[in-house]
Amino acid sequence: MTRGYFDKELEELHCDMIKMAALVEESIESTIIALKKQNVELARRIFYDDNLIDDMEKKIEQRCLNIIARQQPLAKDLRNISTALKIITDMERIGDHCADIAEITIRIANQKYIKPLIDIPRMAELAKQMVNKSIDAYVKQDVELAKEVCCSDDAVDDLFMKIVLELTSLMKNDDSVVEQCVDFIFIAKYLERMADHATNIGEWVVYNVTGEHYSVEAVSCKIDK
Amino acid sequence: MFDSERKIYTKELNLYYGETHALKNISVDIYDKKVTALIGPSGCGKSTFLKTLNRMNDLVSNVSITGEVFFRDLNIYKEYDIVELRKRVGMVFQKPNPFPMSIYDNIAYGPRVHGIKSKSELDRIVEENLKNAALWNEVKDRLKQNALGLSGGQQQRLCIARVLAVEPEVILMDEPTSALDPLSTLKIEDLIQELKDNYTIIIVTHNMQQAGRISDTTAFFLLGEVIEFDETGKIFSIPKDKRTEDYITGRFG
Repeated sequence: MTRGYFDKELEELHCDMIKMAALVEESIESTIIALKKQNVELARRIFYDDNLIDDMEKKIEQRCLNIIARQQPLAKDLRNISTALKIITDMERIGDHCADIAEITIRIANQKYIKPLIDIPRMAELAKQMVNKSIDAYVKQDVELAKEVCCSDDAVDDLFMKIVLELTSLMKNDDSVVEQCVDFIFIAKYLERMADHATNIGEWVVYNVTGEHYSVEAVSCKIDK
Repeated sequence: MFDSERKIYTKELNLYYGETHALKNISVDIYDKKVTALIGPSGCGKSTFLKTLNRMNDLVSNVSITGEVFFRDLNIYKEYDIVELRKRVGMVFQKPNPFPMSIYDNIAYGPRVHGIKSKSELDRIVEENLKNAALWNEVKDRLKQNALGLSGGQQQRLCIARVLAVEPEVILMDEPTSALDPLSTLKIEDLIQELKDNYTIIIVTHNMQQAGRISDTTAFFLLGEVIEFDETGKIFSIPKDKRTEDYITGRFG
């Protein structure tokens, strides 16, 4: 085996990707706790986490560009680096959505919620699991796990539609709840987008391993929802 | 693979150096006005294969060949005059090898051998081919000076101009930039890109990035076999064979 130094650089890249993914997962977790418990202090910390995630994105991007410039990766190695560049953009956007939710959390922190939060935390949990699995799939280069992540997106989409219908119905019956319902619809949309980004990560992992682009729309998912 | 026609193709080509089986059942298509790169570790047979295409191996004792090589649909080992073949299929070597004579005479040498005597005609050929080899502006004021006084990069472009002067259709290049500095290398690479509008080029290179930059198709040789032959973009992004992947990513052996 040659190219030991290059392989070491790839390992370091993987480590950074795992660190960034851990930050993103923590951020999703904190976001939903802050929202549920109306914890302003925790919500403020999410902005700080978002900055850390942004810094990680820049660091990994620089590392990837350095590897391309100095090691001239080809074939699988090149896909590995380009996939990393794509994945960090998706992770960074998930971090942004956490910050978006935290902003709403702070704004409505003094209001009594119009209903207990049930499906929104479920969506958040699913999105967090999808991010976790997608990064796991990247690190292990596991195509099946990556496809499983892509297929999980339907469950999140279904929850999103359910929440929108429920909130729309509440707004029709009582116009005093419109403002908060709109905020919750936004929150649900941000969570739905997080799951989309995790799906993107899964699709990139499939491309990384096989060299073929995989789209969840083009295949039927047989995963239990 | 391409719309253009096959310029050269081989069918189950085998070559032996005595008892050593150096090329094994090579069947590939070389497309007209495309650049084909031959890559592979040292001793894999790529230079040997290159030399079979204009019968340079005829000069090596102990060589025996089976199978067929077609140039313009004629079997070069049966239906071609060897002088005509080498006029049509020229070669540029690893180390620049200008003749120890003037720049002008280097270019005029081939046409003179093929019977051109007119001074004005030779002047035209020399100028045209030095221009085609992107060397004219650097040497037009010193055509009578000895070619050995040129830099390595200039000497290699002179050798390309010398090949062009006998109006070949195919140019074989055996690691043409391995002895050159990066700038001279890029000049030759640019030249190859320009030349492929009019010529079919086959290049042996150890430089993966070079093969990726300049070739349209790539053949990966290993132990005398062609392991994979495909469009260069595919070879360097999604090779089908693990041995190709291992070689181009530097994880071979």
